[in-house]
Amino acid sequence: MKTIKSIFTSLLLISTLISCTEDNDEPMVETNPLESYNLLTAIDANGHTLEVYSEQNQYTIGYNELYFRIKDNVEGSYIENANLSMTPIMNMEMMSHSCPKSAITKTEDSSVYKGYSIFQMPGNATEYWDLNLEYTIAGQTYNLSERIEVIAPADGKKRVNVFTGTDETRYVLAMMPMTPDVMVNDFSALLFKMETMMNFPAVEEYTIEIDPRMPGMGNHSSPSNEDLTFDTAAKMYKGKLSLTMTGYWKINLKVKNALGEVLKGEDVTEENEASSLYFELEF
Amino acid sequence: MNSFSIWPFNHVLKYPKISKMTLVLSYFLTCWNSTGQEIPVAIDQDSILPINLSEVIVIASNITRLDHQTHQKPLSTLDEYLESSKKVAMVKRGAYAWEPIINDMTSERLAITIDGMRIFGACTDRMDPITSYVDVSNLSNVHITSGQKGAEIGNTIGGALDMRLEKSGFLPLDWTGSVETGFESNNNAQIVGGELNYANENFYLDTDVIYRHADNYIAGGREEVPFSQFTKYNLSINSGIKVAEGEKLLVSFIFDEARDVGYPALPMDVSLARAFIGSVSWVQEDFFGNLNDWETKVYANSITHIMDDSQRPDVPIRMDMPGWSDTYGYFSQAKLHSGTHSLMFKVDGFYNRSLAEMTMYPNNPSEASMFMLTWPDVRTLNTGMYARDIMSIEKSTLTLSARLAVQGFNIADEFGLNSLRIFYPEMDRGQTRFLKSFSARHQKNLGKLELTNSLSYGNRAPSVSEGFGFYLFNSFDNHDYIGDPNLENESAVEATTKVLFPFEKLTIGMEGNFFHTRNFIIGEIEPSLSTMTIGAEGVKIYKNLKYANLYNIAVDGTYEITKELQWNGLVSYHRGVDKSGRNLPFISPLTYNTGLQYTSPKFSMSLTLRGSADQVNFNPEFGEDRTDAFNVVSLSLGKTFKVNNDNVYLKAGVDNVFDTFYSTYTDWNNIPRMGRNMYMTLSYDIN
Repeated sequence: MKTIKSIFTSLLLISTLISCTEDNDEPMVETNPLESYNLLTAIDANGHTLEVYSEQNQYTIGYNELYFRIKDNVEGSYIENANLSMTPIMNMEMMSHSCPKSAITKTEDSSVYKGYSIFQMPGNATEYWDLNLEYTIAGQTYNLSERIEVIAPADGKKRVNVFTGTDETRYVLAMMPMTPDVMVNDFSALLFKMETMMNFPAVEEYTIEIDPRMPGMGNHSSPSNEDLTFDTAAKMYKGKLSLTMTGYWKINLKVKNALGEVLKGEDVTEENEASSLYFELEF
Repeated sequence: MNSFSIWPFNHVLKYPKISKMTLVLSYFLTCWNSTGQEIPVAIDQDSILPINLSEVIVIASNITRLDHQTHQKPLSTLDEYLESSKKVAMVKRGAYAWEPIINDMTSERLAITIDGMRIFGACTDRMDPITSYVDVSNLSNVHITSGQKGAEIGNTIGGALDMRLEKSGFLPLDWTGSVETGFESNNNAQIVGGELNYANENFYLDTDVIYRHADNYIAGGREEVPFSQFTKYNLSINSGIKVAEGEKLLVSFIFDEARDVGYPALPMDVSLARAFIGSVSWVQEDFFGNLNDWETKVYANSITHIMDDSQRPDVPIRMDMPGWSDTYGYFSQAKLHSGTHSLMFKVDGFYNRSLAEMTMYPNNPSEASMFMLTWPDVRTLNTGMYARDIMSIEKSTLTLSARLAVQGFNIADEFGLNSLRIFYPEMDRGQTRFLKSFSARHQKNLGKLELTNSLSYGNRAPSVSEGFGFYLFNSFDNHDYIGDPNLENESAVEATTKVLFPFEKLTIGMEGNFFHTRNFIIGEIEPSLSTMTIGAEGVKIYKNLKYANLYNIAVDGTYEITKELQWNGLVSYHRGVDKSGRNLPFISPLTYNTGLQYTSPKFSMSLTLRGSADQVNFNPEFGEDRTDAFNVVSLSLGKTFKVNNDNVYLKAGVDNVFDTFYSTYTDWNNIPRMGRNMYMTLSYDIN
């Protein structure tokens, strides 16, 4: 018994020593700051690899928050303090157009850059999106372009609306991603005007009225909602969305301009079950 | 024990007064103890300090066997026993689980206990009043107290109802048992029960079991009421050990389960309603100093209630609504007799957890199910103290009592708290309320006449539904209800007068009470809110009305025609209005009942007439409509035999002899009551 005990003790000691040694010898592995994100695209060009990450696992219709890194293929390191910009282009049969997008800015990690793009439609075999990127490193500007697959979200729920207002202007209205819960949720959206095929400036000073309904449950609404108004600090429309239970909710919308004129959307009434402008949520 | 005392208590002194009183209803001291051996003491007290404001429904008496013979229907449900009481009316949503009303007030304004144990229903739609989780087989009697007199068992406005469990006590009875069975023609109700008990001077063990099954009942005029079936079974065990002279350890356990219970007045049924109820108590005759009759009990109970609509052929949307209610509590009380004072002190407390869910399944199967918490896991902690002094002053008795309690609510579920914050963004997770009750009661004998006056004040916290309910559908007024955590406590000033004229053979009692209730809690329409339930008319939020007034007046009489033949009658009138004179819901119209009872040792017979005038004071705002007057006649016959020296009781009768089609003001959505019903029960006592 005693021998067994001493053998066991020495084994334990040895294993502890070994593991200590291993710990000490292990080289510091550079952790990927975007490890928890999904790599959507990696483009090899100009001696660099441009990586595009997202929380989502694909480019989808609606709001896409994208993270970028530029890898120096020779050095194997990631380039800091570069300047990037993107222009997604939809190549249709008869024409091509862009979509609302943000500038690409640096994040806390100086090798990670961030921006968003709002795709209005999915691609298909003949019509597809190209992601055009321009980046400048140490005064030298590079360009690259890559075809990307933009598809409808897996749940098929509507999170972006493209509409022509009563002012004959085309708008793009996108819901910001959220994790809905049974509570008063923070709810926000982005609104853009389609000035040209390529230019989608953000629209401020409008109001987006919301009326959440459950079509599967007598089309009932919920109390304590707040319409969306433009928050200049956050640069988006913000309001409150209250959801009284889980399930499928249709958030009926009405977009009003600064004068209070309705540009798009209708009231929900006994006769009119839903507005022509809406977002969908299911949880 | 189903209204039968199955063993002969020959050694127990017979008090003719009590025998008379136990005919269906009787008056006792509130602290009357149901264990057999203490009855003579209680009777002594009774004669010195009669307090006539409480009512006892004797179900099984250890003193006399007359009670079960005189009760019209020995194996009837507890609900039917309660309905036969003078003070209790029952709200009916079907054939099962009726909800008691005392002084025109229901569950949230009453304190309902089982042997002093607090227990709370798990159904958000009040489909499981506490009275549905026991059976007459468990009980010896039910104490009904009006108004603040009920504060002994908890904070209340309308009164209290304590269901006392039946216990053999420490009597040299050895093994006893009985088997009983009953059948009712109207709904094919079958009742089978039995009990087996052992008792000696130092130990007793009582067990009983009962099974009830009923199909749909048929209303007057042969109209079947669909979804009125039920099945229930109940098992109880009671035991006691005499640890030393004057020191007893008692345990009790009840398992009660109902399945496939239909609620014809509601859009949903109940697939399961189950309760586990247990307690351990220590009873000690001498405490310390002059304190005696020390009793301490710790208890726990757990209720599961599964509401669903799976049996309904046509619903706008399928849903499940399970609910759970667990309660843990204790009380400790002692008495002190000093000169003309008879004092009682009690400390008590309970902790309750109430949680209820609602899941709706969309008709479109690809859509996610809809889920909400209708009771957001509310934890209630109540700690209270109660004291009472009964003073004999010459020919009168003055009773003073007080209860002080602290009640805290805490919402344990984050999901539920966030749900309620949709309505009340500033709402705190927890809150504390102070509750109190004071009561003074004076009783005087003026010659033969007994006059009792009382003045009381009491308040209560909102119920879980009133404070924290989330879209609770009320099919009576067709509205969804939302609780309000910021409600004020409801408080009532109550005045009662009772006069009793005990003439030679005729006894006439008159009783009137008045409740001025401030911050009366009731649901009021909130037009800005959208209904959740498909087909609901609107949404109501519980609010405090400035005040409401309730009046109840009753006159009752008994006349002893011969020693065996007795007449009794009762007429009562009720009125309830709020500040603006608006009628309150569930206020009884003028009701009356009268009956003749013949009782001899071998044979009994009763003929009763029950009725009500038109309900003229109703309020459509609360879903009420005018309920028409009705009269219903019932008849019963009972006979006692001896078979091999064992007692056999046979009872047969007809309820609603003329098959009248009727419903009363307490019938949810006017569902009609049972039509003609013939029943027979047979009990066999094994000595």
